[in-house]
Parts: sequence; C-alpha cells; structure tokens
Amino acid sequence: MKFKKLLAIGMSLTLSAGLLAGCGSSGSEESDVIKIGGIAPTTGQVSVYGNAAVRGYQLAVDEYNEKGGVLGKQIELVVYDDKGDNNEAVNAYKKLVTSDKVDAIIGGVISTNTLAVAPLAAREGIPMISPTGTADDITKAGENIFRSCFTDPFQGEIVARFALEDLEAKKAAILFDQEGDYGRGLADSFEKTFSEAGGEIVAKKGFNPNDKDYKSILTEIKATNPDVIFIPAYYNSVSLVGSQIKEVGIDATLLGGDGWDGVIEIDSEAVEGGYFANHYATDDPNPVVQNFIESYKAKYDGESPKSFAALGYDAAVTLFEAMEKAGTTDKAKVVEALKATDLELVSGKTKFDEVGNPIKEVSIIQVVDGQYKLATKK
Amino acid sequence: MEKLIQQLINGLHVGSIYALIALGYTMVYGIIKLINFAHGDILMIGAFLAYFMLSSGLPIWAVIVISAILCALIGMAIEKFAYKPLRNAPRISALITAIAVSLFIQNLFMILFKPDPKPFPKTVSLGSLSLGGIRLDGITILTIVVSVALMIALEIFINKTMIGKSMKATSQDSKAASLMGININRTISVTFAVGSMLAAIGGILFSMAYPLIDPYMGTMPGLKAFVAAVLGGIGVIPGAMIGGFIMGIAESLTKAYISSQLSDAVVFGILIVVLLVKPAGLLGKNTKEKV
Repeated sequence: MKFKKLLAIGMSLTLSAGLLAGCGSSGSEESDVIKIGGIAPTTGQVSVYGNAAVRGYQLAVDEYNEKGGVLGKQIELVVYDDKGDNNEAVNAYKKLVTSDKVDAIIGGVISTNTLAVAPLAAREGIPMISPTGTADDITKAGENIFRSCFTDPFQGEIVARFALEDLEAKKAAILFDQEGDYGRGLADSFEKTFSEAGGEIVAKKGFNPNDKDYKSILTEIKATNPDVIFIPAYYNSVSLVGSQIKEVGIDATLLGGDGWDGVIEIDSEAVEGGYFANHYATDDPNPVVQNFIESYKAKYDGESPKSFAALGYDAAVTLFEAMEKAGTTDKAKVVEALKATDLELVSGKTKFDEVGNPIKEVSIIQVVDGQYKLATKK
Repeated sequence: MEKLIQQLINGLHVGSIYALIALGYTMVYGIIKLINFAHGDILMIGAFLAYFMLSSGLPIWAVIVISAILCALIGMAIEKFAYKPLRNAPRISALITAIAVSLFIQNLFMILFKPDPKPFPKTVSLGSLSLGGIRLDGITILTIVVSVALMIALEIFINKTMIGKSMKATSQDSKAASLMGININRTISVTFAVGSMLAAIGGILFSMAYPLIDPYMGTMPGLKAFVAAVLGGIGVIPGAMIGGFIMGIAESLTKAYISSQLSDAVVFGILIVVLLVKPAGLLGKNTKEKV
C-alpha cells in the first residue's frame, strides 16, 4: 500500500515536471535563429512520401545556412511526425505554434492531413506552404496558405489535353483508385475535359488498392477497346494494374498522374511506353534542376530525388526567399511577400494565383526502356 | 458469353488461392477448435522467404520446397509456444493469443524489412493460351492446377496415411484418441505443419500473380480464406475448397458486373445468408452439443 502511494506521488511528480518543461518560453522575441516548423509523416504507411519531402526541406535549410542564413540568421528546422494521421497532424501543428513558436510552417505532406491543419493556420495567420497537398480546398482555407504542387483537377485536365492533342486519342477508359480524394479527383477532371473536347469515355471504373486482383475489371475494360487508359493511383497499385493489363491482353497507351512517380523501381515493364504528369523531370536540362539533383545525391548517398523531395525543397526555398524579400519574419509581411513570388524553381517557373496555388508548367514524362524521359511540357 | 467464362476463370484463380489458405484454417479448427488468426501471416512469411531466396538466385522449385518447409517449422513453433500452453484454457484466451501472434509477426516484419512494398522477382515467365476469345494466363493455369493437386494430395494424406487417420480421430474426440494410443501433441504439430506449408505455397502463388509483397499482405487473403472456410463448413476439408472457389467467383463477378466497391460487401453478405440458412456452413454437419 505504502509503495503504491509512493509510486503515485512519483508518477505525478514526473508528469508535472514534463508539463512544466513543455511550458518553457522560447527566449526573447528577437531570437538569433529563424524557426521553421515541418509537419510530415516520417513513419507509417505513407512514410515514403513524408521522408522524401523532409529531405527536401533539410537540403534547402542546409544550403541557406551555408550561405549565411536568411536575414543574417541561421535557420532551425523542427519537424514533427504526423504518421499520416489527422489528429497527429493537428497535435504537431499545436506543438510547433505554442511551444516552439515557429515563424512559418512547411507542411503537411498528405492532402487530408494538410486539410486538417490549414484552418488552424489560417486563424493564426501563420505563413504555411504545403509542398505536396494537392486537394483543391487546401489553399482556400486562408490567404496565408500556399502550396508548391499543382492541384488534382488541374493535373487531370492536363493529362486529358495531352491524350487528345498529342496522342490523338478518341476513346479513353478510366481506372481510378477509389480510396481517397486523389484518384477520384483526377478521374473526374480528366473525364470532364476529355468528353467536353469531343473524346469518348468508354469505361470509368474504380478499384480498391487493397485488392490485388483487377483482372475482372480489366476484362470488362478490354471489351470497350480503348485507345488510352488513364490510371490515377499511387505507384504500387499502378505497377500491379499495369502488369495485369498486359496479362489480360489490352493494347492501349497507359496514362497517369504524379502518383506514378516511383513506379519504375517496382516494375518498369508494367508501364513501359506509358505517360504521366509530374512536377518535374529528372532529365530536364535546366541548370536549376540539375544542380538540385546533384546536391541531393551528394547529401543522401546517391539517392535520386522523387518529385516529393523536389517539392519539399521548392516549398522551403519559396518561403526563405519571401522572408528575404519581406526583410522580416513578421507573419503578415511574409504572407504578402509570398503572394508576390516569382521564382525559377526545380518544379518550374512559379508564381501564385489569388488563392495561393502555383501557376506553372506540368512535365509529361514517358517511361522508355525502364527510365523516365521528359516527353513534353504543358 | 466469352466474357463470362473469362470472369469465371479470373474468379477460379483467386478462389483457388483462398481455398489453399482456407485448408489450414479448417484443419486447425477441426483439431483444436481454434481459429488461427496468424495463418494469413504465414502466407506473408512464405512470400518473404521466397522473395529473398529468388533474389539470391535459387531456382523456383527449390524456393517453393524450402519456403514450405521453413513455414512448416514456423507454424509448429507458433503452436508450441503460443497455443499449447493454453490448450485447456477457455477458448477466448487462445483466440486473443492468435490475434496477438498475428500482430507480432506483422510488426516484426515491418521493423525488419520496412513497410514499403517490395517487387516480387519475376522468375517464371509462362506464356498464355488463347482459346477463341478466352485468354488463359500461364500463372492462372499454374495456380489452379497446383491448388487442386495439393487439395487432392491432402485428401489422400488424411484418409490413407496413419498420421492422417490420427488427425481425423483427434478431431472427432481427442480424449478417446489419446486413450487409443494416438500421440495428440504430435498430431497437432503435424496439422500446423501441413496447414502452414499450404499457406506458404499459397503465398508464393499469390505473389507470382500480384508481384508486390509487404508485411500486411496476408491480412485480407487470410480473412477471406477464413470466411471461405466458414462458408464451406469449418472443419470440413472439401468445404474449404468449395468455399474458396465460391468466394473467388463471387468477388470476380461482382467486380465485373456490379461494382468493385461492393465486392467485399457481396462476398461477406453471401456468408451471412449461408449462415442464416445453414449455420454449420454448406458441407458442415449440424452437431448437437451433448450435455
């Protein structure tokens, strides 16, 4: 009994000590570092994407710090893991704002997590830029919310235009990932653009990425004899769908969105000859792109940067440049400077529209001999 | 018509894999009245072992044999350490332990090999047959043939060999069987070994058809195979096969003619309907509890 009491006292002491530690104030207003908060899934199901983005942030921070920082101050990056979970993302945001007192936020990475955090950031007016949250509503939350990637509807539209104009396709089938907004959003905008321009959508079917067998759906699609099949999904499913398309014996050009990035490491044969929209192309001769790839490879033991890494890097650079231009870390002034962004970035020449979405070109990439090749920019 | 036949073949392909896994569920349940939830994870272990062996360049037949033997040992070890101490405990304790074992295996593999899916090496390139407008893929033929052959072999094993007969005896009445001089512990071990072997082969066939493996890959096929076993009548071997085929075909036809969103709902719906009409499953016998 006595022991239990002691234990209880001990427990409560450690707890309160922890709480007190959490309430520590973060120095004076005029600190000698600029604190940037990062929110990304570094563990869990979608950690592949989160880790790529964080590596991009970190590379940008290191480069700026070597050059003497931003506004003459060193940048300190604090990243919290949201595990791809909305509650965790909100907790990460609250910790960054209340206890770390960050000057701006880069994140989140996954659309739903970003949507969970955006309204909170909008209320506080803190500059926030999501590298990869593609869902349409993210930037509508407030004028201080920006993103580095193009939106889902825009992407679907571009791919549809490419199919019509460049591939001269007449009949298209759509096979989309029906779990989550990504596949559905792209499928709808592709369908709208393609059919309005006189093309025919011969089949539109959703699939569940957890089922690994799509042959039943593909047998149905085969009978409609399409010229192109648009597959907005993540690269793991794309590789399975692609190899089963060959198995069923459909002869059509495969098309996709940025979720395809990474498919050649899984199964390049499955998508050989297919095209997909992406944020940047690794074989783009632009020196901005080539310098980024070189320094990324040097920092991360030769790993080739996926588009999530490029966008993470772009988001950080956009923010630092805005702070330089504003001449201060004052939130409202940084937001104003962000609105006036006009930069040559890895993912293309970028300005923002009135909502905070980037206006830039989309790279259409083809898989040729198991490698990505830039086909065209639209 | 051709399309329908094609869809039935698609269903048989998936269904025969469900049937292979369902056999393990049914055998173990028949003998110790335990739903072994870790069974689906044995499929995953089999696929992972095959992945590493194929990557190091072993031929496919050797990979299947070694993977099956290793999984048999793992299955026996799980039984010995996790289930045997609970043999006389309430059934619910063993069931919860089975769920714990499943989670343990999944998380262990996640820590060891990361959660990202790995591409399964394409070692066997089989062509395809075209009969009129129907296309039979090599892997589909192989899967169906191997599954059916294994099921027939299992039927012979259970009905004709000594150890098989002692399995039957144990499942009917384990106390009486042990009084007759049957070694119950050994019989149970063999049951786990055989079930795990079938799961491992099922896992390799599954990965050949859908060449992407990850630590969670066994969950859904495992669950569907369990449903197949219940559908056919748990504890009845031909029931597991029929249940597996029905599940696969129902899934394929739903995806083709209704919607892929509803495929799982339809499959589990069939289970509910069957259990309402025949609580013991399609081939199960209605046994009255003796009090």
